[in-house]
Amino acid sequence: MTDEHAVITNSLSRSFGAVRAVDAVNLSIPSGEIYGFLGPNGAGKTSLVRMLTTLLLPTGGSASVAGHDVVTEPAAVRLKIGAALQAAALDDKQTGRELLQLQSRLYGLTRPAIKQRINYLADLLNIDEALDLLIGTYSGGMKRKLDLAVAMIHEPQILFLDEPTTGLDPISRVELWDEVRRVNEDRGVTIFMTTQYLEEADYLAQRVGIINQGRIVAEGSPAELKRSVGSDMIVARIDGQTSGAAEACEQVDGVESVEVYANEITLSVDQGSKVIGPVAIALDQSGASVEDIVLRTSTLDDVFLHYTGARLEVDANIAKEEPA
Amino acid sequence: MTAIGLTQVQARNGGFASDVSAISRRALRSVLRDPESVIPGFIIPLFFFTVNTGALQNFVEAGGTLDYKAFQLPVAIIMAVTGPLSRALTLVEDVRSGYFDRLVMTPVRRLALLIGMMVADIALVIALSVPVLILGYAVGVRFETGVAGVVAFVALAAYWGLGFAGFSYAIALKTASAAAVSSSFMVFLPMMFLTPMFIPLEAMTGWMATVAQYNPVTYLLGSLRSIITVGWEIDEILKGLLSVSVVVIVSMTMALLALKGRVSRQ
Repeated sequence: MTDEHAVITNSLSRSFGAVRAVDAVNLSIPSGEIYGFLGPNGAGKTSLVRMLTTLLLPTGGSASVAGHDVVTEPAAVRLKIGAALQAAALDDKQTGRELLQLQSRLYGLTRPAIKQRINYLADLLNIDEALDLLIGTYSGGMKRKLDLAVAMIHEPQILFLDEPTTGLDPISRVELWDEVRRVNEDRGVTIFMTTQYLEEADYLAQRVGIINQGRIVAEGSPAELKRSVGSDMIVARIDGQTSGAAEACEQVDGVESVEVYANEITLSVDQGSKVIGPVAIALDQSGASVEDIVLRTSTLDDVFLHYTGARLEVDANIAKEEPA
Repeated sequence: MTAIGLTQVQARNGGFASDVSAISRRALRSVLRDPESVIPGFIIPLFFFTVNTGALQNFVEAGGTLDYKAFQLPVAIIMAVTGPLSRALTLVEDVRSGYFDRLVMTPVRRLALLIGMMVADIALVIALSVPVLILGYAVGVRFETGVAGVVAFVALAAYWGLGFAGFSYAIALKTASAAAVSSSFMVFLPMMFLTPMFIPLEAMTGWMATVAQYNPVTYLLGSLRSIITVGWEIDEILKGLLSVSVVVIVSMTMALLALKGRVSRQ
C-alpha cells in the first residue's frame, strides 16, 4: 500500500458548521499518476486538498498520503509532499533564488544539495534568467513556475497543485502544462491537481474525479468518462420553451440520454451522423424554434453536465458569448 | 535523467536555530527593500525630541535642576522602538497570500516563524536607536553610566519594543487584517502619553498622575532616565525591567496563543 498508493482516502469528510464541504470522499491514487480533480468553485476541491496537505483536519473518515496518516503523522506527510496551493503564494520582496534557498533551509537541505536542486529546477522549469530578479517583477506565468519550483525543492514524492493555471493567459497555461507533465515523466512524481478547466484535466490527467457539492460523482480516465456519456453529442439551442422539444428528442431512436441546461438540449447519442436527421425532424415537429444545432464528439464538459446537471460556469459563459 | 537530477535529497527538520536564522534573514531583507515602512520610525522620535525640548525646556528647567534634554531622550528612544510594525504587516500579507500556509507545510518549528521575525525586529530596533543616540550626543546629553549604560539603555528599550511588537503579532495572527494591525497604534497612545512623558511624576497631578502610576511605561522611562542622569541605580532599573517584563509576558502569551490558533488546522 505504501509504495503503490500515493493517496488513499476513506470516507474523508469535512464540515464547516452545517455545511458539508467534503462529503465521504474515497480516493485511491497510485504512485506516478496525474490525477485531476474537476469541479466548479465551492465544490470542495480546496478543502479536500487542504486536508491532504495537513493544513486542515478532517471531521470524518481518514486519509493516508505517501503512506502516512494526515491526522496522526502530519510531520511525516509534510516531508514527502510539495504543494502550490493558491495563486502563487510567494513574496514579492525576495528574489526567486532567495525564496528557494529559504524553503530549502526549512527542509534541512545541505548547502551542496541546495545548490544542485536550484540549478536542476531552474533548468527543468526554464526559470534560469529570472532567478536573481525580485519576484515582484515576474510575469504571472513565471510566478507559477517559481511556485512549482518552490513546491519541488525538497524532491517530494507527491505534488499538490490547486488550480495551477487559474488566471494565466492561454500561452502560459499550455507552457505550464508541459512543465507539469515533464515533472511527472522525468521524476515519476505523483501529481494531484484540482482544476476548473476541462481542457486542463483532459490534457494532463490520466484519471479525473468530478466533484460536486462535496461528493465525487464520477471518476475514470478522460476517455472512459467521455464514453460513459455516449460517443457523440448533439446540442440544440432553442429559442423559447425547451420542455416539449426535449421530450420529442427522447422518442428518437439512438438517443441515449437528454440533458437540458438553460436553453440548450444536449443529447448523447451512439452514432451522431445517423441520428441528427431524425432529431432535427423531431424538433421541427415539436414546434420548437431551433436557433442552432451541432453534432460533435463528447467532452469532459458533457460528462460534467451529465453527472452534475450543470455546465462548468467558466466554460458556459464562453459558450454563450460565442454565437451572437 | 541527468546525473544532477539524481541527487538524493533528504528532507528533514533543519533545526530550530537554522529555522530562526532563515526566517529572520528573509524578514531583514524585506525591511531593506521596503525602506518607506521604516523611515517614519527614524523621523518621528527626532521630531518629538526637537518639539518637546523646544517647547518645554526653558519652562520645565526654570523650576529646578532638571536637564530636560536628558529627560526627553528616553521618550525619543521609546518612540523609536515602538513604531516598527512592519513585520506584523508582512505576516498579514503572508497569511493572505497563502505564503504562511506554505511555510506551515514545511517541517519548520512553528515557534521559529515568530521568533525569526522578532530577531529581525530587534535588529531594526537597534538600528532605529542609533540616530536618537547621535542626536542626544550632539545636543550634549552624556550618560553617567558610560558606554555600558548606553548598551543597557538600548537593550531595555529593545526589550520594550519586542514586548509591544508581541501585540501586533497577536493581532496579525488572530485577524489577518492590516487595518487591525495598524490600529494597534491605539494601544501605544495611552501607554506613551499617560506617563511622565513631559514632566516628572512628582509634578503631575489629578487623574493623570494616578493613571501614570499604573502604567508600565512610567517605570521604563524612570529606568532609562536614571541610566542617563544618575548612574547604576539598581532598584530604579529593576522597576523598569520588571514592569516591561509584565508587558512582555502578556503580549508574548497573546502572540503564542494566536500562533497556535493560526496553525491549529481547524
